[in-house]
This record gives sequence, structure tokens and C-alpha cells, in this order.
Amino acid sequence: MNMIKKSPWILHYDGSSCNGCDIEVLACLTPLYDVERFGIINTGNPKHADILLITVSVNEQNIPVVKQLYDQMPNPKAVVAVGICAATGGIFKECYNVMGGIDKVIPVDVYVPGCAARPESIIEGVVKALGVLESKRKANEE
Amino acid sequence: MGNRTIVPFGPQHPVLPEPIHLDLVLEDETVIEAIPSIGFVHRGLEKLVEKKDFQQYVYVAERICGICSFMHGMGYCMAVENVMDLKLPDRAEFLRTIWAELSRIHSHLLWLGLLADAVGFESLFMHCWRLREEILDLFDMTTGGRVIFSVCKVGGVRKDIDAEKLKKIVEVLSNMDSSLRSITKIFLSDTSIISRMSGVGVLSPEEAFDLGAVGPMARASGIVVDDRLLGYGAYPHVKFEVQTATEGDCYARTKVRINEIFESISIIKQCVSLMPSDTAIDVPVKGNPDGEYFARLEQPRGEVVYYVKGNGTKFLDRMRVRTPTFANLPPLLHTLKGVDLADVPVLVLTIDPCISCTER
Repeated sequence: MNMIKKSPWILHYDGSSCNGCDIEVLACLTPLYDVERFGIINTGNPKHADILLITVSVNEQNIPVVKQLYDQMPNPKAVVAVGICAATGGIFKECYNVMGGIDKVIPVDVYVPGCAARPESIIEGVVKALGVLESKRKANEE
Repeated sequence: MGNRTIVPFGPQHPVLPEPIHLDLVLEDETVIEAIPSIGFVHRGLEKLVEKKDFQQYVYVAERICGICSFMHGMGYCMAVENVMDLKLPDRAEFLRTIWAELSRIHSHLLWLGLLADAVGFESLFMHCWRLREEILDLFDMTTGGRVIFSVCKVGGVRKDIDAEKLKKIVEVLSNMDSSLRSITKIFLSDTSIISRMSGVGVLSPEEAFDLGAVGPMARASGIVVDDRLLGYGAYPHVKFEVQTATEGDCYARTKVRINEIFESISIIKQCVSLMPSDTAIDVPVKGNPDGEYFARLEQPRGEVVYYVKGNGTKFLDRMRVRTPTFANLPPLLHTLKGVDLADVPVLVLTIDPCISCTER
């Protein structure tokens, strides 16, 4: 695991998802998948977080919350959109209170597919986000 | 009289996997009033019945909530089947009951984990979720999905569970028993957990009745309500006891849910031994629903009501869900008055809030 330069801390926010992806995000942290062995911790505080795991399609009510969480995270930061709803709105796309994917509000680095996304694919998404973090950090230094 | 302060709780909060916002009006450390504001998870999926036909809508109904996803699909299907006068084969009813009870075990274990997390008992949280993974493996084996299965359809179920897999389910549940008992014993006997829960957020039977509490919340206050007694699915064929407690506090709610896990295991074992041998798992669906029906069933969190109104076309006129958390919010706001700020996370968790159900 030499490729991991730092232990990323995760901030998880559930916008208007059905819970399916959220319990899978939590399942990643628990003994079967146990990402904590790589130092990945779910933190409740945006100011401690490196990666924002977000399982939403956005609506008017949660746009300010999502923006605020994103702005409070220190640079460099990466955003992982978990599940099909976070990418496009998914099965709820035609609902009147769903505005579409999370990329309408904040820039997204990694999209994780699935409804609900499986823990394996969420972990892969986070690992990809680590690469994004690293390249952002290098860009910052230059 | 002390100083009044307003503490915002949520929408993004470590004990809440889901967003709900409470403005807690405090006097010193005591909560005087809790003002909820909701709408973070509202999607408006009841209106989606106008765009998806009644067969497709099962997929949407399942995604009302990812935790009790199977029972949402089942409730919707039950309502449509009753409108269309479909009589399901017995095997389909038994299969649905098995999946529903497995969902109840998974949901209660998930909740126990979150509760342990809220009282700061991290290793217990991990143990609960480790046990829960064994149930999820059973789902994976029988349906191919871990949280959302899509096995329910109008007129029956999509997949059968063969004898070998039924045997495996019973085997896994029997093996779980001892570790389940040692974990739940900690919840019921550990001094620090008891001191966080005992006597906190007491809801008297009268209050529970007046405020319309449902599910474990009402049962912990001594009210015997359980929609499984109505006799849908395979419940008329199995024996089970409605688990109740009398204290009405957070501890009683935990006790009720723990006892329900063991009751569910017994129901599943009975279903497996009584499983009808005929192979039909669905009936053909002809025509479109015309008429209306209320379907009620018992979810892990309490009673869910599905209202369906068809007009003879493939699109329904109206679909309405009343979810258990919605019914349990008024009792929660009532019990929040007068508790310490430090007890709020535990108390909010003991109604087992499911916001994505509530707001749809």
C-alpha cells in the first residue's frame, strides 16, 4: 500500500438519496470491508475531511448545505458521487423536486455507478479519489 | 430561569446518516422545545405514478427507502394486487414473508449498531454490523442484491429460493444465535448503556396512543399493535408473539427491538419448515388496476400504509404512502421536551428515524 501517501478522511453527506447507498457507505467502514485499515475514517467535521462522499441528487433545499460543506473543506479536496442518483438523478430523474446530478452544484472528481452502489465499487471510487487528491496537491505546490 | 439558546441539530450530523434539521430551544442544558424543519430528502416520487406504469412503479416504490426496501415493494404490490383481485400462490407469500423478516433482522441490527455508535460504544457498533453482513450475504445469495432486491412484482415474486438455499438460511440463522445473544446481552446489561437509556424520553401509553405512535415505539409503551396480526403474507400460518415492554423509555425500545430479532428468526424457521412444495411463484397479471385500496403492513419501524387508486389505465391515478417515521415524529418531539442536550442524539435514534421514507 505504498501508493497511499496519506490517510484520507471522509465526509459523508446524504442529500435526497434512498438510504441504500448510505448504508453501503457505512458498510465500507465496518468489519467486512473495513477501510479503516487503510486509515480511512468517516469524520463528521468538514474541516477535517479530504474526500466528500456524496449520495444525492440535489434539490432546492439541500443545495446550500452541499455548497457549504464543500466550501468548508480545506484544499486539496476531492468529491466522489456515489450511486446513479448522484450522477444523473437516476430513477428519480423525472421527479419534480430532483434537479439532477450533484455536478450541477459542485465539481465532481469520481462517479461511482450502481443502484445501490456496492461497497467494493465505493472503495474503488475512494482509491481513485486518492489519485485525484495527489495530483491536486502537486498542482498546488507548483 | 436560565438563558435561552437555540442549538441547530443537523442536517449534517455525525449520528444522523440522513439529513433532518432540528432547532433545539435550550434553557441551560435542558431542551424546552424542538422545532423540526424537513425537506432535504423530498423527491416527490408519489407524483411519479403519472409517468411510470403500475408494473414499473414497483422499482420506484422499492427505492422509497433502502433499509426497508423490500417491504416497501411488498406493500405497494399488496395494494395493487388487492385492487386487481389477484390471489397469490402460497409459495410466493411464504417467500415474501421470509425476505420481509430477514429485512427486519437486518434493519434492527443496523439500528442497534447506530445506537451503540450514538452512546459512544464503537466496538459494539462494529459487532452489530458484522452480524448484519451475514444477513446481507443471504440477500445476495437469494436475490442478487445487497440492499435493493427487486424480487417483488405485482402478482408474485421474481425468484424462487430452492431447498438448498432455504437450508442455508436456517443454518446461518442458527449459527448467528449465540453471537447475537452475547451482543444483545451487552445492550441490556451494560451499566453505561443502561445509564444513557433508562428513564430517558419516557412516553406513557396514553401519550403514545394520543400522538399516534406506531411500531416498536408504541409497543415499548405497552400498546399491543402489530400489523402482522392482520394476517397478510404467510403470517396466519406461523406462530409469533408481539413483543412489548411497559417502561416506554429508550431502554424499553431497545429491548423490544432486540426481542423482535429473535421472534423474526423463529418466524423464518417456521416459514422454511412449512414452505409449500408447489412451484408456482406468481400469477399472470391481466388488465389494469381499477379501484382503490389501502394496504397496511408492519415494517421494522412500524406500520406503513399504502393507498393506491387506479383508473383502468396502466397509469395509477394516485399513490400515497404513510410511513412509520412520519407517525413517530410527533411522539419524538413530545419526548424531546425536558431532556438534556446530551441525550438528544440517543433519543432521536430510538425512534429509528428513516427520513427518506418520511419525505419520499
